[in-house]
Amino acid sequence: MATIKLQGIAHSYNDKSAGIIKPADYAVNSLNQCWQDGGAYALLGPSGCGKTTLLNIISGLIKPTEGRILFDDVDVTDLIPEQRNIAQVFQFPVVYDTMTVAENLAFPLRNRGMAAAEIESRVKTVLSMLGLDSRADSRARSLNADDKQKISLGRGLVRTDVKAILFDEPLTVIDPHLKWQLRTELKKIHQQFKHTMIYVTHDQTEALTFADKVIVMHEGSIVQIGTPQQLFEQPGHTFVGKFIGSPGMNVLPCQIEGSEVLIGGIRINLQRTINNTGEKFEIGVRPEHIQLSAETGMSVEVVAIEDVGRHVILRARLEGIEINIIVSEGVAIPESPKVIFDIDKINLYANDYRVADNN
Amino acid sequence: MKVQNNKAWFMVLPVLVLVAISAIIPLMTVVNYSVQDTFGNNEFFWVGMEWFQEILASERFHNALMRTLLFSGLILAIEIPLGIAVALAMPRRGIGVSVCLVLMALPLLIPWNVVGTIWQVFGRVDIGLLGHTLASLGIDYNYTQDTLDAWLTLIAMDVWHWTSLVVLLCYSGLAAIPEVYYQAARIDGASRWAIFRYIQLPKIKRVLVIALLLRFMDSFMIYTEPFVVTGGGPGNATTFLSIDLVQMAIGQFDLGPAAAMSLIYFLIILLVSWVFYTVMTIDDNEEQSASAKGRS
Amino acid sequence: MLELQNISRKIGDEVYLDNVSLRLNRGELNILLGPTLSGKTSLMRVMAGLDKPDSGDVRFDGKSVLGMPVQKRNVAMVYQQFINYPSLTVFENIASPLRVARVEKSQIVKRVDEVAELLQLQAVLQRTPDSLSGGQQQRVALARALIRQADLVLLDEPLANLDYKLREELRAELPVLFAEMGAVLVYATTEPTEALLLGGNTACMHQGKIAQFGSTLELYRHPEALRSAEIFSDPPLNITALECSAGKLQIQGNKQIIDLPFNSLANGDYTLGIRPHHLRLEKMGTDDIALNGSVTVTEITGSESFVHFEFENRPWVALLHGIEEFSENEIVRFYVRPRDVLVFDSHDKLVVEHCANELSPEQ
Repeated sequence: MATIKLQGIAHSYNDKSAGIIKPADYAVNSLNQCWQDGGAYALLGPSGCGKTTLLNIISGLIKPTEGRILFDDVDVTDLIPEQRNIAQVFQFPVVYDTMTVAENLAFPLRNRGMAAAEIESRVKTVLSMLGLDSRADSRARSLNADDKQKISLGRGLVRTDVKAILFDEPLTVIDPHLKWQLRTELKKIHQQFKHTMIYVTHDQTEALTFADKVIVMHEGSIVQIGTPQQLFEQPGHTFVGKFIGSPGMNVLPCQIEGSEVLIGGIRINLQRTINNTGEKFEIGVRPEHIQLSAETGMSVEVVAIEDVGRHVILRARLEGIEINIIVSEGVAIPESPKVIFDIDKINLYANDYRVADNN
Repeated sequence: MKVQNNKAWFMVLPVLVLVAISAIIPLMTVVNYSVQDTFGNNEFFWVGMEWFQEILASERFHNALMRTLLFSGLILAIEIPLGIAVALAMPRRGIGVSVCLVLMALPLLIPWNVVGTIWQVFGRVDIGLLGHTLASLGIDYNYTQDTLDAWLTLIAMDVWHWTSLVVLLCYSGLAAIPEVYYQAARIDGASRWAIFRYIQLPKIKRVLVIALLLRFMDSFMIYTEPFVVTGGGPGNATTFLSIDLVQMAIGQFDLGPAAAMSLIYFLIILLVSWVFYTVMTIDDNEEQSASAKGRS
Repeated sequence: MLELQNISRKIGDEVYLDNVSLRLNRGELNILLGPTLSGKTSLMRVMAGLDKPDSGDVRFDGKSVLGMPVQKRNVAMVYQQFINYPSLTVFENIASPLRVARVEKSQIVKRVDEVAELLQLQAVLQRTPDSLSGGQQQRVALARALIRQADLVLLDEPLANLDYKLREELRAELPVLFAEMGAVLVYATTEPTEALLLGGNTACMHQGKIAQFGSTLELYRHPEALRSAEIFSDPPLNITALECSAGKLQIQGNKQIIDLPFNSLANGDYTLGIRPHHLRLEKMGTDDIALNGSVTVTEITGSESFVHFEFENRPWVALLHGIEEFSENEIVRFYVRPRDVLVFDSHDKLVVEHCANELSPEQ
C-alpha cells in the first residue's frame, strides 16, 4: 500500500510529435493530487471527463504526456504496470476462459512466484469472500456475467501486497440487487484490509457510498474534492451541485443587495455579508432543502408531480425558473403550494464557483 | 433459432437439386463402379467387396496412404505454428496492417498449376534460381533424382503457398480480442507466454479449427503441384494417394479398384476431419451444457 | 391493443417463458421489470414476432398475428447498444425508415425536423453517429423508432449504457414522448427506480413468469406476492421468518422475540417484509415495532445513510435520512410503523398490509 502523488499530470491522446497540443486536446489537464495511503477514493464524472484516463495513468497502462507520478515518493512514471504492483478491475469482466475459477484467482499470484500453499489459502479466502466457493472448480467461461465480474474483482483482491486497487466502473454489468451486495462487500474489505482504493464511476450513489473522499471531474479537470457530505451540502461549483443528487441542485440566477439576494421579485435574506463584485451570481438550493407550506413562503406554480415511491418529486416554477422539490412519502401537497428555502442550506455562486461563508 | 415456417425449404430446393446432380449422382456412379467389374461393352459383373479387399490389402495403397499422411502431418506441423507465429508478429494498427495483409494474400491468388510450374522452374539446377544457387554453393540438390530433395521442395512449396491462409485466419481471430484482456493480463503480471497460452490461444481456437481442417483436407488431397513438379517421382517417392488414384483410373483404366480406392480415400478424409473437429470442440460442448445447467 | 395469451416458450429443457398472459393498451407505457435472464427480452422477441412461442397466441387489435412476419408487423425496437448506421448522417439515420416506406421528400424533411426537435438533435443532424456522445447516439436510435409511427414500440433497456445523469434526463423526457405516440409501448429494465420514475404500468418478471402486472405505483405499494415486492425494491427488501401461534404473530429469533400487532391471522409460518426506508431510528408512534440489529457497514451518500446490519442471520439494510454513522458490530434499535409492514403467508401471498402509504397529512 502506498501514498500516490500526481505532479502536474496532463495527458493528450494526440501525438505530441505532431506539433503543439492545444489546451482543448487534453483529456486530463495539469493535475496535482495526493492520494493518502489506505484511503478509499472515488473519481466521479460524466463520460469523457478524463476519469478513466487518469486511472490508466496511475496503473501505468497510459504514460502521461506531462508530469510525474510517485508511489511513496518513488518516481514510477516510466515503470510498466507489472512493475508498479497495482491491481485493476475493468468495466467488463475479464476471465481466462480455459482456467477454472480458482485458477483464475491464483493466476496473478502464480505470475509473481508465490508459494503454492500460500496461494491456496489466499484463493480460498477470496472465494468465500465473493460467495464463489461452490464454483471453485468450474470452468470460468461457463459462468454468467455477474459471476465473471466477481472473478475479475477477485483477481484484484487476492493480492495482499498491492500498492493500490483501482476499479473502473466495475459494477456496470451487475444486476441491481447484486450491486448492493458487492458494494458493501468492497466497503467491508476496505475497512478490514485498508488498501488504497480508487474507484471510477459515473454513478453518484456508487461513488458517494464507497468513498471517504470523492473527486469530481469535469472536462479533464478536478472541480471539487470532498467528503460525500461536503459535496452534498457545499458543492464547490454549480456543476457539482447539479451532477450530485437526483434531482440535482436547483440553481437560480439572482442579484445581490447587501445581505439579500433578489430572485425576480423575491427577496431572501441570507443573513451573511456578501462582497458584491458585480459578477454573475446564482444561488443553489437542494430539492431536499425546500419546505412546502400552505400559508407562508414563496408562491410556486406546479408543473408536474412525480410519485417515485419513496418520495414525491414536485416540479414547479418559481418566478418562471423551474425548480424541483422533494416531498417525503406521505406528506400532502397543498392546493396552491408555497415554498420556504432552508436559509442555512443555501449556497451562493459567483461565476459558477461557490462563495465561501465569511460570517 | 428454430425454423419459423416451412417456406424456407422451397428457397433451398434449387440448391438441393443442384447438389444432387453435381455431387450425389457422380458419387453413386463411383459406388456403382466399386462393386462391379467390366470388360468393356457396358457389361458389368457384380463383385461385391472384392475391390475394397484388394485395395486395402495392396502394398501400393499402403505406401501411398503413408506418404500422404506423412505429407499432411508435416504440412500441418509446419504451417499451423508458423501461421500463428506470423499472425502474432503482424502489426495491429497503422499502414503496416494493409501492407502485410496484401503481401499475405498474394500467394493465395496464384492457381495451383502455376504454383507447381513456378517451383518446378525455381528448383531446376540448370536455370532455376534456387537450384542454381544451391548448386553453386556446392550443395548437392536435385529434386528429380533425390527423394529427400523432392520432399523438401514440395513441402517448401506448400508452406509458401498456404501458410498465409492460416495467418489470415489467425489474424482475424487475434484482432477480435478486446484490448482490455491485454490490459488485465499486464496488471496480473502475466508473461508473454502466459498471455498467448491463456488469452490468445483460447480466443483463436475456433478459427484454428477451421484452419486446421482446411489445411488437412487440402494437403491430403494434393494433386496438381506434385504432379507438375515431380510427377510422383523420383520413382514413387512422391506418389500420393491422389496421383496413384489417377494413374490407376486413367493410366491403367482399372475403374473398379479406382472407384473403391476413391471411396476409401473419401472415408478417410471424412473420418480424420470428424476426429479433429470433435477433439477440438469438446470444450465448447462442455461449456454449452454447463451454461444450460446454470440457467435452468 | 396487444394481447398475449398463455405464451410459453422453451428451448431444450430451458424455460424462457412460462404461461405469460398480458393485455397492453395503446398510449400507455408498459414496463417489464426483472433481473437479467428473467425473460424480458424473450417476451419482447415474441411480441415483435422474431420468435414464435411454443404455445399461446399473440393478438394485435383483436387479430392473431402469430403467423405474420416481423417485417409486416410495424414494430420498432430500441436496444441497449446504440445501433445506428455509422456511415449515414444523423438526418439520414432518422429518415431511413421513411425512405424505406417511400415517403415523399418534403414530408421526410418535415417529420425528421419534428422528431429531431423533440429529442433535441437539431444541432447535430448533419454529423455522423460516431462523432456524438452516447446519449445523443441513443437519442438518434430513439428518433428512428419514433418517426415510423409504429404500432408497437419495444425498448430493451435503452438507457442501460448511458451515464447516470443522462439517464435521469432521458427518463424525464421519455414519458412525455411516449404519451404523444398512441402506440403500444413496452420498456424493459432491471432497475426498480427507473420503473418508478417512468410510471405507467409494470409487469414484474421472474424466471419467465409474470409475478404481477398493474399500475407501477400500485404495484410498488401493494405487491400481491413476496416475489414482486422483492423485485420492486432497491435497496433490496428486508425479510425474515414469522410464526403465528394462538393468534399471536411473532418473530422468533435467536436473540429476540418480537410481537407484531396483527391478530386476525391463522396459525402457521409467515414472512415479514420491510422496505429499507421504512426503518427509522426514532419512534414515530406508540405502536411502533422495535428491532435490534448488529451493524456490519454504513454507507453515507451525503444526504442519506445506508446502514447495513444483521438481523436474525439475514443481511438487512436501513435507508436513513441525514448522516448516521455506526461502528461495526454496534447494536442499533430500529423502529418501523405497523402500517409500513408487509406480511406474506407460506405461499408468499400478501396477507397483511396496513394501507401502507395512504397520503395522510402527518409528520
